[in-house]
Amino acid sequence: MIARILHEGQYELPATALANLRKLDDELMERLTAGDGQGFTERRDALLALVRSEGRMLPDEVLRESDLVLPPADITLEEARALFTQHA
Amino acid sequence: MGLMSRMSTIFKSKVSAALDAAEDPRQTLDYSYERQMEMLQQVKRSLADAVTARKQIELQKVRLQGDIDKYQSEAEAALNAGREDLARQALERKAALVAQSGGLDGQIAELKAQEDKMEENARRLDTKIASFRAQKEVIKAQYTTAQAQVKMGEASTGLSEELADVGLSVQRAQDKTERMRARAQAIDELTDKGVLDDALAAPGDDPVDRELSRTKQAAQVEDDLQALKAKLGAGEQK
Repeated sequence: MIARILHEGQYELPATALANLRKLDDELMERLTAGDGQGFTERRDALLALVRSEGRMLPDEVLRESDLVLPPADITLEEARALFTQHA
Repeated sequence: MGLMSRMSTIFKSKVSAALDAAEDPRQTLDYSYERQMEMLQQVKRSLADAVTARKQIELQKVRLQGDIDKYQSEAEAALNAGREDLARQALERKAALVAQSGGLDGQIAELKAQEDKMEENARRLDTKIASFRAQKEVIKAQYTTAQAQVKMGEASTGLSEELADVGLSVQRAQDKTERMRARAQAIDELTDKGVLDDALAAPGDDPVDRELSRTKQAAQVEDDLQALKAKLGAGEQK
């Protein structure tokens, strides 16, 4: 499974990491909905840290499609909220 | 829906929109080359903007320091003349400027980080493009037409993802630079008028932060005043 952290790069992850990613992603959404800025930042950092620790960064010359796209490391609660109001 | 899947959907729709623009797979390379050039231009522009904004803010910091020194001397002169009320006023203005000046250091560091990021973007994009070109040649030589189309599709998607990612990064960097510039300009205008106050609280500051910084400034004014009095007292005793 390939996961891209925006503005950072792509990581190859074992499929087994997905369950933990989803769990953290759910918590992140809860914090986003609650408007809890600090909780959001903590879950965001934890989610990206998991990708970095479980994954192996792909070299720059590799060109592959991502299965998952994660927000950039410095995304704010306001920016994340705006993602749900804009059209895809 | 989670943030991860929302981000994936939005991002992938940007990538496929970019890919659809090159309908004939044989045009993909030419098209990518054009987009790469455009993107590199944007990265460079964004880098230049960040450098300009940083220099502007650095200059502003120098000017603020000049004003800080000026208010300090004014306070001293006022106290010498026995006008504690005026001295306090000057020290209040000084404290507000000191707080602003501290905020500028953070902005300068943020812009510097942005400059590094843009340089990194340009470098990574270059590597991806070179790799895409090389792969295209290998694919043409080793695969049948049908296989080659699949392989080219994969490489194109990979490259388009990178272009879309850099595009977003540039856009966010520019928005951020623009906000800092606007803020720097507002500080300049308000310091000229001598009405710098918490109208310029940093974005994201909540009322508690503002109250805390106000309390801190008030304490600083008292400390400064006591220090000046002590200095004056020491002078008189000689």
